[in-house]
Amino acid sequence: MGGHKLPTEHKLRARIRTLADGAATGLAVLSTVLVVAPLVAIFVYLIYKGASSLNWAFFTHNPAPVGELGGGMANAIVGSAILLAVGSLIGVPVGISGGIFLAEFGRGTKLANAVRFTADVLNGVPSIVMGIAVYSLIVVPQGHFSAFSGGVALGIMMIPTVCRTTEEMLLMVPNAVREAALALGVPNWRSVLAITVKTASPGIITGCMLAFARVAGETAPLIFTAFGNVGWSAKLSEPIAALPLQIYVYALSPYDEWHRLAWAGALVLIVLIVVAVSLVRYVTSRGVLKGAS
Amino acid sequence: MGVGIEVINLNAWYGTNYTLQDINLNIPANHATALIGPSGCGKSTFVRCLNRMHETNPIARVTGTVLIGDLDIYKDAKPVEIRRRVGMVFQRPNPFPTMSIYDNVAAGLKLNGYHNRHALDEIVEKSLKNSALWDEVKDDLKKKSGASLSGGQQQRLCIARALAVDPEVLLMDEPASALDPVSTSKIEDLIFQLKSQYTIVIVTHNMQQAARVAENTGFFLNGRMVEFNSTHKIFTNPSDKRTEDYITGRFG
Amino acid sequence: MTRIRFQQSLDDLKEQLLVMAGLAEQAIQRAIEAYRVRDLSICDLVDRSEIAINRLERDIDQAALDLLAMEQPMAIDLRFILSVIKINADLERVGDAAKSISDRVRSMEQMAVADLPVDIPKMASLAAEMVRKCLQSFIEADAEMARTVLAMDDAVDAMNRAAYKALTKVMREESHLAPQALNALMISRSLERVADHATNIAEDVVFWVQGADVRHHKSVTGGRDPHAMG
Repeated sequence: MGGHKLPTEHKLRARIRTLADGAATGLAVLSTVLVVAPLVAIFVYLIYKGASSLNWAFFTHNPAPVGELGGGMANAIVGSAILLAVGSLIGVPVGISGGIFLAEFGRGTKLANAVRFTADVLNGVPSIVMGIAVYSLIVVPQGHFSAFSGGVALGIMMIPTVCRTTEEMLLMVPNAVREAALALGVPNWRSVLAITVKTASPGIITGCMLAFARVAGETAPLIFTAFGNVGWSAKLSEPIAALPLQIYVYALSPYDEWHRLAWAGALVLIVLIVVAVSLVRYVTSRGVLKGAS
Repeated sequence: MGVGIEVINLNAWYGTNYTLQDINLNIPANHATALIGPSGCGKSTFVRCLNRMHETNPIARVTGTVLIGDLDIYKDAKPVEIRRRVGMVFQRPNPFPTMSIYDNVAAGLKLNGYHNRHALDEIVEKSLKNSALWDEVKDDLKKKSGASLSGGQQQRLCIARALAVDPEVLLMDEPASALDPVSTSKIEDLIFQLKSQYTIVIVTHNMQQAARVAENTGFFLNGRMVEFNSTHKIFTNPSDKRTEDYITGRFG
Repeated sequence: MTRIRFQQSLDDLKEQLLVMAGLAEQAIQRAIEAYRVRDLSICDLVDRSEIAINRLERDIDQAALDLLAMEQPMAIDLRFILSVIKINADLERVGDAAKSISDRVRSMEQMAVADLPVDIPKMASLAAEMVRKCLQSFIEADAEMARTVLAMDDAVDAMNRAAYKALTKVMREESHLAPQALNALMISRSLERVADHATNIAEDVVFWVQGADVRHHKSVTGGRDPHAMG
């Protein structure tokens, strides 16, 4: 490089550019911190308030009668697992099928537009309303609260998220991949399932986990369906305890002991969600080949 | 072995867009036929009519007859059946991203219910050898994904995938246009070798490529086929002035 | 129209060839004039133009090669450039023939004028006419005109054969006239060559314009290959 000197004006402009660049980077970092900070704060606070109450009993014992110390949320943990299992069994297949229909078979049709609109509306339904709806549809005819109705409520709430995410992920699969399969003489339905869905599967699974994580913490729909249970129950036809529900009840109670348990429960709930999501990620990524994007 | 293709009064539309007008053409077996013409002239649409891929677009419509060998592909067979006999290689290499090299080549067979392990191994090896890719990938067949190869290799993988179902015709829509000169040469050499076993139809923008690989060439313009002749004649002394203007680059 | 630069290059190539053609045609006409008036200064002019013709031959070949390599010409463009290369070679030979005639004129300067039974001027004018016509057909890209040149070659061949017969007779029977006869024979040979080259040029024009290869045709009158000596 020769000794080519920039005029002063250019130097000034260059300096301003560097400053602007730094300012933008700084803003970006600040924004990230602002977004992550509440998450970290919550987590830290939960640990602070709840970790001390965690012991072996918490995970193995059911709630103790009022006034007694100790006890745990074993039934709520198991109850949540059961409710989420039922919910997933309903929400995931229906949502994925809906997404496949919207993206692959019904593109542009009036039916698809109607389905999409319905899913969006369903998404906007307040969770308490969802609970009341399932109450009227299942609990009242059956005559009792049940884990089944709770699962259904959660499942229905999962459908829109799973469906829309599936649709979006499928639409992101390049058309070239579909054409390649069709050109080999593979029937359309098979191409969709074996190739397109498989290609979009990481995204679809993420959609399912998003829906899962969202309903795992839902309390309102369970109030009129699962109802909660102070004792042990694993039957679908009986009311069942659930972590969020239990936390809600305990938090509103006047007992310090129950408050302690509520904090611990909140911490456990978040940790379990994180663990569940990570587990799914790990298990599904094991199948991915080296070098694939 | 390849079969000849006879096209009789083929017309094609995309919605109201009249894309192909009265195409009549005889494509000889076990030869390479090149289709040239400016952008939008209909040559890609034409080729997609030969394996009924044109129909994957819901607003597409076709009239006329296409005979592949003795088979009227629009009257006597379903699209899925045709596409097993008429393979296609696309402009941009499109290996299945979630599959290994092995699975990519075997995809056409596996997805149609063929699962004989031993036979599949043989077919995969033969197809990769036929597409001049075997030596480069034989140690990584199941370890590497199809998408991890270079552009030229990916295209040869796609060719192997198309060959694995043992078609009689191979349609190639600008197969080398996304590749560098060395990869292009490899693909062209490949076409030369494949001619003896398959009937090849290659759409190309590159006239020198048409001249290098094809015995016959068809010139498309505005949805019509203006001239179809031996490549030699087309490029040294074409009959139609429009053909000459195109190949000498005098197009307006 | 696209490829304007290429079209310009083709036009330039044609221009260059026409310059060379002009020089070659002029050289032949001067050589014939020098023979007619026995003027050695005209011979000098012929010698000089031959140098220019040779230089042009190299330039035109180089330009043609560049176009082939860089522009990938097809169909009529390809035929044109190929024809230019071949016509180039024939024009250079025409220049050589002119020089050869000029050399003969110089050597004849020392000899006595002899009355020989050959009509060199008539042959010369026929050959010159063929050259003029084939070049005209090139300028106008007129294949029909070029084809008429092909027909004229037979007449020149016939005259050359007759000259050979007559002059060898002279050399046998009037041996004191042998040097003049020999020179006249060589001039006749050169003129026959000029006619051949004009024929070649005409064939190349037909190839360029119509894509037809009309070389080595049998003449409609004789049935003899015009390229054969005899």
